Amino acid sequence: MATIDTIREVLVENLDLDADAITEEATLESLGVDSLDMVELICDIEEKCGIDFGEPEGLATVGDIAAHIDSLK
Amino acid sequence: MSTNLRRPDGTHRVVITGTGAVSPAGIGTEALMEAVMDGACCIGPIERFDTGEYEVHNAGEVRGFDGTEHGLTKKEARRFERFVQYAIVASDEALAQAGLDMEAEDPTRVAIAFGTGIGGIDELQSGFATLEQKGPKRVSPLFVPTMIGNIAAGNLAIRYGMKGACHNMVTACATGAHNIGCALRDIRHGYADVALVGGAEESVSPICIAGFANLGALSKAEDPAAASLPFDARRAGFVAGEGAGALVIESLEHALGRDAEPLAEIVGFGSTGDAYHMTAPDPSGDGVARAMADALAEGGFSPADIGHLNAHGTGTPANDATESLALRALAGDELGRRIPVTSIKGTTGHTLGAAGALEAIVCALSVARDCVPPTAGFVEAAEDCPVNVVREAITGCPQKVALSNSLGFGGHNACLAFAPYR
Repeated sequence: MATIDTIREVLVENLDLDADAITEEATLESLGVDSLDMVELICDIEEKCGIDFGEPEGLATVGDIAAHIDSLK
Repeated sequence: MSTNLRRPDGTHRVVITGTGAVSPAGIGTEALMEAVMDGACCIGPIERFDTGEYEVHNAGEVRGFDGTEHGLTKKEARRFERFVQYAIVASDEALAQAGLDMEAEDPTRVAIAFGTGIGGIDELQSGFATLEQKGPKRVSPLFVPTMIGNIAAGNLAIRYGMKGACHNMVTACATGAHNIGCALRDIRHGYADVALVGGAEESVSPICIAGFANLGALSKAEDPAAASLPFDARRAGFVAGEGAGALVIESLEHALGRDAEPLAEIVGFGSTGDAYHMTAPDPSGDGVARAMADALAEGGFSPADIGHLNAHGTGTPANDATESLALRALAGDELGRRIPVTSIKGTTGHTLGAAGALEAIVCALSVARDCVPPTAGFVEAAEDCPVNVVREAITGCPQKVALSNSLGFGGHNACLAFAPYR
């Protein structure tokens, strides 16, 4: 599964977001992902992808998150 | 004739303007009132988990509850523990009935006192399992804010934009009553104009049933209709229940100022401690009797004015005998044997932290509607409970005042006094 699809799956499950709105360009802010949603997303992604997400800065879009995850694989 | 907005001591009169309930009787205050007045039993075999290895198989569950059918989003229904969802659904109903428009209110004058006896015990149990099985890295980052007991009150404040004092008082099975009583005092003394009050509980969980059962507190009866038997000779423990009760209470001045209709008046509150035992009530009944006396006196009433007692009436041998003794200590032996006594726990089971709130609703609406509900399941009077337990619904019975008792593990006693609004 492509990384963005994993992110999409988690966000839809956790936050009941519209899957079509979760594009590479979509910002976390525009999706309404708050700090609590973000830590939940990271925790779920770490388990699904078998990575240690770390504490990166400057992740603004879904694409940024996907690229960061791919850089850890 | 002008309405007296203040009490003789100068403090505010406080009225109920909205109620909401989630209970084993279903969703809504009227579902609860109907079941209680009918003497229905809403207890059944536990559906939430397999009780094969348990000694206890019955509970008062909120069957088929789906928060998304009652105003919660899918995200809220997934993220919030059951006790929080119950609290929200009950509060939505209470606020709708009260017609409280937060856009028109000063939000800093609207308080919340909404408790739970135990809190998010399902999340607690699953969090421990994750920690054991997968290690600390896999524990949900939302674990703490999901399970902590104050998060019902916190989420209610966020949902409605209420910015006054926001509390969660925890007194085990007296939680619902103490939250109402404490907010009552805040309004009496001018710290808030309005408060959303109540209690919620999600007690039908594996670890909770196991713990209560091993304590010997639960009825092990297999017949759901003969498991919760308050004041009955056959009583052998309580039946765990779930739900939430919510009330909107406000100063009479504030209610009339916004043309709200008072449903009933809260005329008194008594709160005492037993200083006796971790789980057993003081068998002398002194703590309960003092709470009842204080609640009556605050409203300027005497025992002869009591229309009925909505007892804590859990169906444990110790509780019901203690309450019976306390009532006779309060009113004297002769009058104490005549005052109608009822317990809704024959209908709902014991909803723990929600019980005081659900029973406050039933008690207040009973005095407002000139009725007294029966105690479902009551057949055989017990020798150690020589009180007038109501067997059939009483209607057409105007009452000056009625009392609602709540007792919690640890020796927490609360009594609320309700009168028809006049």
